[in-house]
Amino acid sequence: MPLVPPPFSGVPSATNHDYVTGAGYNGPFDAVHDRLFIAPAHYALVAYACLIEVGRMAPEGLEMFNRDGSSVEMIGAEHSPGMEVHNGTLGIGLSTAAGLAFGRKRLGHTGRVCVFMSDGEVQEGQTWEAVQAAAHHEIDNLWAIMDVNRQQCDGAMDDVMTVGDIATKFRDFGAVVAECDAHDLPAMRAAAATPHPGRPLIVLAHSRPTQGMESLMSRFPRLHYVRFKSEEERARMNQDIAAELGVAPVALEAH
Amino acid sequence: MEMVNRPYASAFEAYATQHPEVLCLSADLTSSCEIDGFRDRHPDQFLSLGMAEQNMLSFAGGLGLAGFRPFLHSFGVFLYRRPYDQLMASVAYPRRKVRLMGFLPGVTTPGGMTHQAIEDISVIRTIPNMTVLEAGDATEVESIVAEADTVDGPVYCRILRGAVPRLFTEPLRIGRMRVLSEGDDVLVVTAGITTEEAIRARGALARAGVSVRHLHLNTLKPFDAAQIVDHAASVRHGVVTLENHLITGGIGSMVAEALAEAGLPRRLIRLGLQDTYAHGGSRPYLMQHYGMDALSLVRAVERLTGKGTGIDEDALGAVRIDAVHSLVKAEAL
Repeated sequence: MPLVPPPFSGVPSATNHDYVTGAGYNGPFDAVHDRLFIAPAHYALVAYACLIEVGRMAPEGLEMFNRDGSSVEMIGAEHSPGMEVHNGTLGIGLSTAAGLAFGRKRLGHTGRVCVFMSDGEVQEGQTWEAVQAAAHHEIDNLWAIMDVNRQQCDGAMDDVMTVGDIATKFRDFGAVVAECDAHDLPAMRAAAATPHPGRPLIVLAHSRPTQGMESLMSRFPRLHYVRFKSEEERARMNQDIAAELGVAPVALEAH
Repeated sequence: MEMVNRPYASAFEAYATQHPEVLCLSADLTSSCEIDGFRDRHPDQFLSLGMAEQNMLSFAGGLGLAGFRPFLHSFGVFLYRRPYDQLMASVAYPRRKVRLMGFLPGVTTPGGMTHQAIEDISVIRTIPNMTVLEAGDATEVESIVAEADTVDGPVYCRILRGAVPRLFTEPLRIGRMRVLSEGDDVLVVTAGITTEEAIRARGALARAGVSVRHLHLNTLKPFDAAQIVDHAASVRHGVVTLENHLITGGIGSMVAEALAEAGLPRRLIRLGLQDTYAHGGSRPYLMQHYGMDALSLVRAVERLTGKGTGIDEDALGAVRIDAVHSLVKAEAL
């Protein structure tokens, strides 16, 4: 895949013979490598940043973010870097991954299928349909890592729709569950290594949405769609966040 | 007329066992969709996904991504109403080779509103990348299995089950409509179970001196508008469509679109469900009650020609009555 993502080249159709997904940015497409779905495709910006950090996408690619005619879309589409399927509607990712994992197992692939999930997706019934199906069919080459930040569009999940103890619920539906601090990489690796023969694995990675950017807590509990409300706030957060991260503030004029 | 018992069951088993990349998926309606024998004899190729259609559609998308061609079996309504978003995002958009086998199309079930797929053609034909097929007799049910599997993308099929009459000898071929008669008074366009009604009406109309041009459609998308327009141009009085579906969005609408775009002025009468739900009842009762039977077609032809034919129910011959509790159906649905 080109380091600078190509422009949008059309949606899948019988006549679009050049169509490709963005999966190539995730690495080789063969029997032994894992596949990754970003179920909340709204996290696309983070996925793009990751691809840049690991050298699979050029930083210039981000200049195309959310620009008309670009494939680096705001909500990751199939053709966006790092994406393989459409996941913009929350709750469909784990089911698709379960189907792919079942198929890969049948083909004798050793590569696994991983889904990055958001905790709000436990409010969707399909998530539970997917877990019960994966458990019933013993799809154990499937695992998910869930960003458990307890936040959703309207605010704190407990205010929007109480979901209770999701670890117990996942176990009751047949998954193996491991939990970790989302900001502790060794702990996350250890959780992901939890054996789960005959069952899917769900890693609940407990995160703080303002980790490293405590000044964002001024917006709590509305932490989705955070935009600067004024030039003054933009300048202040630029200073505060840079100080917390230990980096120089961004030259705002250039962006 | 020859009646064939469970043509889908034998045709699917014969085909799937020769194609290991075909998987048989079911959502708790296995015997109702005539794949119980397949499940028992070929358990390794059968996947039970339970009463969870949203997951089944996305799961099938994942199987398609892995290179398999899943055949999804359920009542038609359950394949697109609840899992519409999953059909869009996981199946249709990425053009997965998923084969949706929709049983109980339209009023072929006494199950009432929740079980009657009366807007499936309308909904699914608007989805980009979808192909829509409909079987009208035992031969088409038998041949639709292999034919659907040739589609380079997703396909939705309206399937008939139980005891199905054999009207045709030639197998269904995608894009090839059947010209059943070549009259020049009125064009009649039918599909699925309404073709049998039109065949009965045609005989009586011929005796009354009305010459009918009759087309049977099995490929609803892609729709061969040019051929419809050619046939419509060759009749004197106009066109009647008769469909086991709402008249909005289905065959009546497709024909209207074709005539309008071609600029061909022909009167058009659309028979089918007229912006209404149906309710539970036997197929003959529902077809009569909602104006979808042979006599309704005769009356529509009379309106177009402006002449009475004197045809009544007796003249149409004995109506084929299905026992609701047929032995070749899994339940009374």
